[in-house]
Amino acid sequence: MIAEAGLAALWLAATLAGLQLLLAWLAVARGNADAARFIRPLAVAQGVLAGLAMALLIVLFLISDMSVYLVAANSHSLKPFIYKFAGAWGNHEGSMLLWVAVMSLAGGAVALFERSLDRATHFATLGAQAAISLGFYAFLLFASNPFQRLNPPAVEGQGLNPLLQDPGLAFHPPTLYFGYVGLSVAFSFAVGALLTRQVDARFARAIRPWVLGAWVLLTIGIAAGSYWAYYELGWGGWWFWDPVENASLMPWLAATALLHSASVLAARDALRAWTVMLAVVAFAMSMIGTFLVRSGILTSVHAFAVDPTRGSFILILLGLYIGGALALFAMRVHTVNEGARFDPLSREALLVVNNLLLCVILGLVLIGTLYPLLTEMLGQSVSVGPPYFNAVIGPITLVLMTALVVGPLLRWRRDESGAALRRSAPAIGAALVTLIAVLLFADRPIGWLPLLGLVMAAAVAVASVAPLWKRNLRRTPMFTYGMVIAHLGCAVSLAGMASESAFSSERLAAAAPGDSFEIAGYTVTMEGVRPYAGPNWTAMEAQLVVRRGAKVIGTARPQARYFTDPPTPTNESIQLTRWNGQLYLVLGEALENGRWQLRIWWKPFVTLIWGGAGLIALGGALALVGRVRRERKQARLARASGAEHPQEALA
Amino acid sequence: MVAVTSNRAGPKRKHQRLILVGLALAAMIGGVLLAMSALRSQAAYFYTPAEALAAKVEPGRAIRLGGMVEAGSIKRHANGTTVDFRLTDGKATVPASFTGITPDLFAENSGAVAEGAFGEDGVFRATNILAKHDERYMPREMEGIKYDPQTHQVDASGQ
Repeated sequence: MIAEAGLAALWLAATLAGLQLLLAWLAVARGNADAARFIRPLAVAQGVLAGLAMALLIVLFLISDMSVYLVAANSHSLKPFIYKFAGAWGNHEGSMLLWVAVMSLAGGAVALFERSLDRATHFATLGAQAAISLGFYAFLLFASNPFQRLNPPAVEGQGLNPLLQDPGLAFHPPTLYFGYVGLSVAFSFAVGALLTRQVDARFARAIRPWVLGAWVLLTIGIAAGSYWAYYELGWGGWWFWDPVENASLMPWLAATALLHSASVLAARDALRAWTVMLAVVAFAMSMIGTFLVRSGILTSVHAFAVDPTRGSFILILLGLYIGGALALFAMRVHTVNEGARFDPLSREALLVVNNLLLCVILGLVLIGTLYPLLTEMLGQSVSVGPPYFNAVIGPITLVLMTALVVGPLLRWRRDESGAALRRSAPAIGAALVTLIAVLLFADRPIGWLPLLGLVMAAAVAVASVAPLWKRNLRRTPMFTYGMVIAHLGCAVSLAGMASESAFSSERLAAAAPGDSFEIAGYTVTMEGVRPYAGPNWTAMEAQLVVRRGAKVIGTARPQARYFTDPPTPTNESIQLTRWNGQLYLVLGEALENGRWQLRIWWKPFVTLIWGGAGLIALGGALALVGRVRRERKQARLARASGAEHPQEALA
Repeated sequence: MVAVTSNRAGPKRKHQRLILVGLALAAMIGGVLLAMSALRSQAAYFYTPAEALAAKVEPGRAIRLGGMVEAGSIKRHANGTTVDFRLTDGKATVPASFTGITPDLFAENSGAVAEGAFGEDGVFRATNILAKHDERYMPREMEGIKYDPQTHQVDASGQ
């Protein structure tokens, strides 16, 4: 019964989305006031129904209803509770349903809470949101029904891929999806604003919270995915340029650019057409990401749905939405007025540079990701990997960091080069000190890319806190703190990446019990290896005692695990975290004479990579809260003074 | 503040948009040129052993080599960390060597993709090995290669 109720809720939600689109058209194009009254309630109801469908799917997984195909194929009655719960979206159909549910709930939120747009643009936005949702409803109902029954029911489920049985990964996909969905809302705003020709500062203020929210979640999702790959796969790397990683990075890059250009539009009323364009591109990137991941068209560990029908379905949706939005953009761009002017040396100009560089990086990632597809069509197998990406992305990122040093120190509209140089002096000083320190004290030759990375990290760190200089810290707005913390996070992450790639040490050994190995001042002693049984897996577990001098730091127990349902070996590496880095220990396979393969890394300051990402996300969250609070306050003040459009009253 | 700035109409405004569009175009073209030159030098090409021998891949060039690990070919060195093996696609066989922890599903008669380069001695030195990740996942390049467990025959005709 639950499955049928879920399917019914999904059909009903799809119908309401169709109705919402129709009414939005009537209201905006025909000025029908009766239609306008029903749009917002409809959007809310549609969101609730889609959310209900997702909730029912979760219930089916929790009660292990093996008469539902999706549950039988992806779950197991003996699985720990949390993985039954997360298993609901750890598969193609469930994740697509989650996407639709979150998107529709977001549409409901736009209907309920959006106050800064005029009514026509608001309705056009809700219409655009309904149009996007409709495509995804059709995709679910016709190509990947999550509530499909299995007749006769299975006795037991096939289990969840053991690699996915990890708390980090269980919540990694939804985080990314929420981010994608935030970008879909920004896209709808852009389409709505183009339809009613209202691309202005108000539009920028309306999309900004959504872009900020999406960006924070994407940041968290990407960082969590990176950390997961780092500790779970046991290969010690934190970024592989896997197509699926790229699929999440590209929307993030677009969102970062959009975030900055929307800020320029909201604060200075410049970059109008550019901001709309970026909103379209950002959503296009999340669609392309979904397409790459879900179509199985590229080699990837993560691409679990190798199904041409689904791939072409998403491709058609992609073409329809993005093509439609670009056509609309081309038709309407001449009606979008140019905004305010600014000088080549101004904060706006540097934000343009930031946007261009982010777009170039985005383009390079996109080309590298799609290139193998292209050559395959021409009959040649090519794989593009880290050598390409590191060579092209690394240097441009460093140039971007230079813009990040200078940009926040400049004034809006126009600045004096002498004054700007004076303000940059502390950052330049920090860079020079770091350069000299590294050259003097590094215990090995270091490549120019990591070296420049460390130098730029120091400069960015100093420059990012500079906006707080000589300010009343208690009266500084929250979003300024947000910016400072996010920029500081960039410096911290960059320092971690540079340090890890420049100074990591590695030992690979065949270890018998009693053997000791030295690495970076630590001594790792193998005490023994013994069998170990987990809830749904067995393992061999090594006991490694780590000492520094005579003092025992800890005992690490890395495992080589074996899951039976489905039969899969995995590796549980162990990281011992110190303030200045991580000791990373992996147990390999058994050799002859009772010896075991053992891999040990010392990775100095590697945790800064994710710590920095955490700061970036925190900064984004502070900016979001700060912005929303200010808008609320302004709206309250404006209502008190009786103005119809609160923002205009204050502008 | 909106009203004040938009009063600055005139020929210079058009100018600014043109400059921005020009910059964007220059950045995009530069990006594509950079990507193309990097792809020419950095893209690792995928070969099966027969293709690699036919193409006479020069020593030291980074490629991906994919095939089945030949039965009885895995020999571990006494140091425990280096492993020698042979990759085959049924038509040709290439000796290979790898130092490190092999992936969990790296085994004889099973597919693997080795990343690395040929040495002067004709041995393929792998810096990284991609094996089947789980029962379901297989590197995409390996899709055409089939192995018959009864006859130990490798069929790469699908390639």
